[in-house]
Amino acid sequence: MNWMAVGAIYRFEMARFFRTIVQSFVAPVITTSLYFVVFGAAIGSRIDEVEGVSYGAFIVPGLVMLSVMTQAISNASFGIYFPKFIGTIYELLSAPINFLEIVTGYVGAAATKALFIGVVILVTASMFVPLRVEHPVAMVAFLMLTCLSFALMGFIIGIWASNFEQLQLVPLLVVTPLIFLGGAFYSISMLPEFWQKVALLNPVVYLISGFRWAFYGLADVPVLVSLLAIAGFTALCLAAIWRIFQTGWRLRA
Amino acid sequence: MAPMVEIRDARKVYDGGFEALKGVTLDIEDGEILALLGPNGAGKTTLISCICGIALPSSGAIRVGGNDVVTEYRAARDLIGLVPQEVNLEPFETVWSTVRFTRGVFGKRRDDALLEDLLKQLSLWDKRNAKIKELSGGMKRRVLIAKALSHEPKVLFLDEPTAGVDVELRRDMWRIVDGLRASGVTIILTTHYIEEAEAIADRIGVISGGQLLLVEEKAALMTRLGRKELRIDLQEPLGAVPDALAEFDLALADDGHTLVYSYDTGAERTGIARLMTEMNAAGVILKDLRTSQNTLEDIFVNLVHDDSTEETGA
Ligand SMILES: Nc1ncnc2c1ncn2[C@@H]1O[C@H](COP(=O)(O)OP(=O)(O)OP(=O)(O)O)[C@@H](O)[C@H]1O
Ligand SMILES: [Mg+2]
Repeated sequence: MNWMAVGAIYRFEMARFFRTIVQSFVAPVITTSLYFVVFGAAIGSRIDEVEGVSYGAFIVPGLVMLSVMTQAISNASFGIYFPKFIGTIYELLSAPINFLEIVTGYVGAAATKALFIGVVILVTASMFVPLRVEHPVAMVAFLMLTCLSFALMGFIIGIWASNFEQLQLVPLLVVTPLIFLGGAFYSISMLPEFWQKVALLNPVVYLISGFRWAFYGLADVPVLVSLLAIAGFTALCLAAIWRIFQTGWRLRA
Repeated sequence: MAPMVEIRDARKVYDGGFEALKGVTLDIEDGEILALLGPNGAGKTTLISCICGIALPSSGAIRVGGNDVVTEYRAARDLIGLVPQEVNLEPFETVWSTVRFTRGVFGKRRDDALLEDLLKQLSLWDKRNAKIKELSGGMKRRVLIAKALSHEPKVLFLDEPTAGVDVELRRDMWRIVDGLRASGVTIILTTHYIEEAEAIADRIGVISGGQLLLVEEKAALMTRLGRKELRIDLQEPLGAVPDALAEFDLALADDGHTLVYSYDTGAERTGIARLMTEMNAAGVILKDLRTSQNTLEDIFVNLVHDDSTEETGA
């Protein structure tokens, strides 16, 4: 492992993030506050409790997941798409580094940014509702694995995309709907029986369920299944990336 | 000693099916400067891309410092610095951060003193904190060179480093190349400026249509192909070269108004004096004389022209 190179990529990407730190910080604080105003206050006044947890507190894990997933994807996809777009990718291709090092650098940075935003949202949320974390280790593990796996997925999207529209396409058409339908703002058990079954086909359901379990001990699916799902998803992304670098797909002529 | 760069029958077929390299074989010795000349689309950039890891060769073998560029890419690329033809730089980064990044990506320990030295040599030190987008085109080209040199390569590829660069910067560039030669760096550069190849290269290669047409020592090339021509304007046009002058390498031009005598400047005798005597004897009266020397440019144009007429004929 060429850690020097990994560090160089990671630092370079993080420097870009820190240059716009105010934006990076303010945007999630404002969005989260808005969610609490809209969902927590407006809807929450009609649904006061979900399985013994106040609605405001119930949506926090989903809210964090929603932001972390979209941020990880957009940061990682943009991070690798941009050098491709402006041509500086030549440098990565001609450097004595392998796919693992490139991925570690870019995905590591994207996951770190997503994690940072996740934490900001948690802190903001804790000012609106009382938070309780029953399984802190699992909470951190789920959070980090989600950052990582979605950053990996974003990286693949960034390599696949050949224009900015495509870069937005997958997150917009696939990921965001899956997250909204994945039980971020409700429990799957609140759905009609048929739709409960359909929901189980949505991988995001497992992540949000597992993450919420770490907070309140409530889960739509067994937590072990959640863990397996996210581990499997991570492995799938890694395998895809490995294949991409082996064949040089969309990178090397 | 083994050559620094060994290219064996390298072929490159792009995804669309276009064969950009049709089996190139070439050795580049340690410490030498090789200039690659060739028209647009000849395959110069493709060849460099295959060596540096930007493109995968379709077949053949390429070694740098004895390391295969595909299977032992780490060791091979460790030695290589690349200045690409396109000015590809991140517009919002500073000169300093982008140069530092390159050094890091090549796995070299941070060394601010070395980078400072490099930027000063390239007259970029004053601009170290400027964003790339604030630089002029020539400065950006120098940033590319600084990046390529930041990790102390043993082999440097310069893909048209002086395209669109003013005379002064071109001279600067030649000076830099001279300095690198002194420190033992092997340099491969492509250029469209023949005087550039003449000025700095030890050897010159000509590539066209994906094939290497010739590689030769610059000096040998100049003498071997550096023939001189004597053009003799005649009083009366001739229908054919008189038999009496058959032993000379003569050709008629301008509808028989001019006799063209080609001779070798390297030979012991040019034969001009004898030609004059024979012409007198044959009764051919001359009006005027002039000589011209083949430049590398003529050689180049002839080679590439011959090659393309062959292609269309085939
Ligand atoms: N990625 C690619 N896909 C398909 N064809 C390509 C690709 N890159 C180059 N070519 C083709 O390969 C041929 C050689 O291109 P190359 O860029 O190597 O030429 P060059 O000698 O560097 O020319 P120039 O002097 O214009 O830079 C050209 O016909 C070009 O159209
Ligand atoms: Mg080129």
